Amino acid sequence: MRYSILTLATQALQKQQRWPQIIAPEKLKPHYDIIIVGAGGHGLATAYYLSHNHDINDVLVIDSSWIGGGNTARNTTIVRSDYLLPASFALKNFALQLWDSLSQALNFNLMYSPRGYLDLAHSDGELEHFMLRANAMCLGGASASILTNSQIAEKIPALNLDQQSRFPIRGALFQAEGGVVRHDAVAWGFARKSSEKGVHIQQNCAVNKLLTSNGRISGVSTHRGKISANSVLVAAAGGSERLMANAGVPLPMEPINVQAFVTEPIKPVLDHVVNYNAGLSYLSQSDKGELVMGGATDGYLSTARRGSFARLEDTMMRAAQIFPFISNLRLMRHWSGTADIPMDGNAIVGRTEIENLFVNCGWGYAGFKATPAVGWKLAELIADGKLPEMLKPFALSRFTDGALIDDAGIGPYPWLH
Amino acid sequence: MLLIPCPHCGERDESEFNYGGRVADFPELQADMSTWHRAIHLPDVNDPIVNEVWFHASGCECWIQVNRDIRTHEFQPIDKLDHS
Repeated sequence: MRYSILTLATQALQKQQRWPQIIAPEKLKPHYDIIIVGAGGHGLATAYYLSHNHDINDVLVIDSSWIGGGNTARNTTIVRSDYLLPASFALKNFALQLWDSLSQALNFNLMYSPRGYLDLAHSDGELEHFMLRANAMCLGGASASILTNSQIAEKIPALNLDQQSRFPIRGALFQAEGGVVRHDAVAWGFARKSSEKGVHIQQNCAVNKLLTSNGRISGVSTHRGKISANSVLVAAAGGSERLMANAGVPLPMEPINVQAFVTEPIKPVLDHVVNYNAGLSYLSQSDKGELVMGGATDGYLSTARRGSFARLEDTMMRAAQIFPFISNLRLMRHWSGTADIPMDGNAIVGRTEIENLFVNCGWGYAGFKATPAVGWKLAELIADGKLPEMLKPFALSRFTDGALIDDAGIGPYPWLH
Repeated sequence: MLLIPCPHCGERDESEFNYGGRVADFPELQADMSTWHRAIHLPDVNDPIVNEVWFHASGCECWIQVNRDIRTHEFQPIDKLDHS
């Protein structure tokens, strides 16, 4: 069904009782051309571009849980491309271009809201670094500018620009195209369109093991039996490590806890995305009026999925420095999850030592913004067998070659990320 | 919130510590690239009990070594490390 104002009216007349399911009823075949393990944004985007850009529809996307139930729906929904290193920038900027027209392409409202992203600088040195980054972004074809404090005040009147504070704001890097996207709609939108083309989406069916024979992957083993495939893509975030290690491809990453918070809803106060950089605390206001906040990782190994109060306190404290009124608000929700963070803090995408096994993981807590670009490029790789330029730097082999993409300059210890 | 058992100061809040990560067993300097790759990049992720070090920055200023279950955050203190 194509969603339009006409379908909306028709369904209203039928008392909203006849809306079809977003994805086709589940059915499992014994064999597929391609199996994608992990029905998060990245896995579903790959299936969507396989079917729509390459007309490959014999695809199964399989997940241990429901779609949009993992990290895809547990992030702060921010999209931006203000990266300095060319590899990180290129992929995220391509994604930003795709976000722009994705709602139309998917016929599903992703609520992409390019409300502008401000990265705050707290010293002259930091501002100088932002100029470097802004110049690099402009050279890469993105738009970026440096805002003075008076320009910041015009955009966000509520921001505390007091120069006597501990980490005064000296300016900001601004990207107008940066903003937020409704995260769970991304999973649903990709799933719906892929399903229309015949892609199978199997929820609540965990893959226990990758099956190998003669040095190749022959399929996957699930509690509903074995399913064979010509190629397999593992895009299972933190679940990837165990699957891949059992297939003889250990991944250089470790699990770290990341948290995010939502305050009670208030009147509109913030119509941009703001990132506080003395420490880390990023904020935006949702359509419901809640302030959505995130911070750095908890900083130590954890698969407990239980956030540390130290980090919560830290993130709140920093948020309250730029928006003092926040100290009067109550937190309404708080969630945490296990992020899969590689040793240089950057994702692992592309081929593995096994010819028909592909991997896409290690996005840690920075994967949402790259979703459509990764799907697009991975589909290209799987369909054509040729590694796209944009994915080359993200190869798993970079760890043995020593060609790390160390955005923060602090690898090879993931907890420093 | 972790309560980290410091052998000098007793149980203290995690915010007093800096994380040092897993206790690494590094190979000889002359070892080949693949040995170093395994040592630096491929930790043993199958064992949820991690042998790790923390620096008690706002306390005794010593590195301490603990075993921690990363699923539950249960600690088993082992030893103090000397200042060197």
